[in-house]
Amino acid sequence: MGHLNQANPVLDTADDRTMILNMGPQHPSTHGVLRLLLEIDGETVVRMMPDIGFLHTGIEKTCEAKFYQQVVPLTDRIDYLCPMVNNLCYVQAVEKLLGLEIPPRAVWMRVMLAELQRISSHLVWLGTHAMDIGAMSVFLYCFREREDLLRIYEMVSGQRMMTSYFRIGGLALEPPLGFFEKVKDFLDRFPDKVDEYEDLLTGNRIFIDRLKGVAQISGEDALAFGLSGPSLRASGVDFDIRRDMPYGGYEKFRFKVPVQKDGDVWARYLCRIAELRESREIAKQALEGMPSGPIKADAPKIVLPDREKMKTQMEALIYHFKIVTEGFAVPEGEVYHAIESPRGEMGYYVVSDGTAKPMRVHMRSPSYANLQALPLMCEGKLIADVVAAIGSIDIVLGEIDR
Amino acid sequence: MPVAPAITDLEQLKNRPILSDLLAWNAGAVQKARFDRDELTVFIARESIRDACAWLKSQGVIDFLSDLTCADFYPRDPRFEVAYHLLSIRNKQRIRLKAVLGGDDAVLESITPVWPAANFFERELFDLFGIRFLGHPYLRRIMMPEDWEGHPLRKDYPVEGYR
Repeated sequence: MGHLNQANPVLDTADDRTMILNMGPQHPSTHGVLRLLLEIDGETVVRMMPDIGFLHTGIEKTCEAKFYQQVVPLTDRIDYLCPMVNNLCYVQAVEKLLGLEIPPRAVWMRVMLAELQRISSHLVWLGTHAMDIGAMSVFLYCFREREDLLRIYEMVSGQRMMTSYFRIGGLALEPPLGFFEKVKDFLDRFPDKVDEYEDLLTGNRIFIDRLKGVAQISGEDALAFGLSGPSLRASGVDFDIRRDMPYGGYEKFRFKVPVQKDGDVWARYLCRIAELRESREIAKQALEGMPSGPIKADAPKIVLPDREKMKTQMEALIYHFKIVTEGFAVPEGEVYHAIESPRGEMGYYVVSDGTAKPMRVHMRSPSYANLQALPLMCEGKLIADVVAAIGSIDIVLGEIDR
Repeated sequence: MPVAPAITDLEQLKNRPILSDLLAWNAGAVQKARFDRDELTVFIARESIRDACAWLKSQGVIDFLSDLTCADFYPRDPRFEVAYHLLSIRNKQRIRLKAVLGGDDAVLESITPVWPAANFFERELFDLFGIRFLGHPYLRRIMMPEDWEGHPLRKDYPVEGYR
């Protein structure tokens, strides 16, 4: 935290030895619009300061002007690589406020889709991270599998990316015919594909030399700087919210939590690769044990009725009209609900004042906290390693700026 | 299915983990507590919030700052409630500490020296709510442009902005 110890930490030329280098906001390996101010001495980074906010859209403020159910599509746009995980966190927070129980089929579908989202998010990370390092072909391999996953999301929700599939009280639609076969087909093929990526990277001498010992962070520092998720586990802290503080049915699944000790880019790479396999295991268990039954809670004042019912039954039509025009009141209170997103602890803090619109929605986005540790990882190291470090903490700028 | 009523009696809650630690540390700083929807909220006197965090960290009770945020209850006075979401990874427990602030003197002691993770969160609160944090190493706008006027997440700031 070198730049924090300075009396005036604004980056300006400290002396003639160093120079200021502006990296981003339009730089391909900053994974979005991240601007980094680097003070460099030759090839060495002396100080670093992340500058964010280029993608700030005021989502938290917008949420306050929407009904509870209208916030769901906004949550998609925070972390656009795993929209369903964001949906999940928000709808579970509101369900906690309402005291709403959702039927088992919806619970299992949510777990399965959240894990598929974790896989597709990690695939984007792997592809772009490897491309930053210089391994171009892995990117094409990863996006091939991601395309299959996007087709699966499109099949179930009608959208490839901004799915809005999880709703307060359950799911939007019953999955279509042939959906589960498609998922099964993907899950059966997937382990071979991970082997393929590992063949290209894990044993690759150039790749190992490029990542090992780079951008190290100790477990203690990682905790102090608020790192979470795979980046924290790569520093030897064995904590996964899915296993240790289970939410939304995860207590019923058996899976391993990959942990590494070294805390460098290589350790973070190994953690995420292992998570790809574990997520596939969870999704497989969810698929095999998928219960039948309704996909929406029996709460007509909160959950929109089925289309057919709405067209044929008077009460359903009234409820539909009421929900769409007036929303539904949520009892007063506040909730902080945290889940394990692909990047770490994703938390939604929802405050209700008893009306149909949330008084405050705050997203604790994992990338926002993870980014703070970047200067600590990079200062005193080579400038070429900055690119590897950015890739390894797997940031999404939509989530940072909100 | 209905939500169980909140427990607000400090006597009933005093044996809860973390709250009991806080009471043993300084019972005078604990103003009130609320247990609602399986979440424990403890209101701490605003001048003690940094000491409370530092003490919880030094005793090994809490090892992770999850989140730091604020809610604006305008036009009620005092309007701001700053919420510190703390997580004990060892004991797998969460707690929410709260400090209540008025609009005229929205100043708190920074906890960045305790948890460096608070750095960006405090800057965000400064930017979007106009709460100042004493002892923060670099308290400047983080989301909005440097020359922006006003604090967008305050309730008296219109959703569409000023035109």
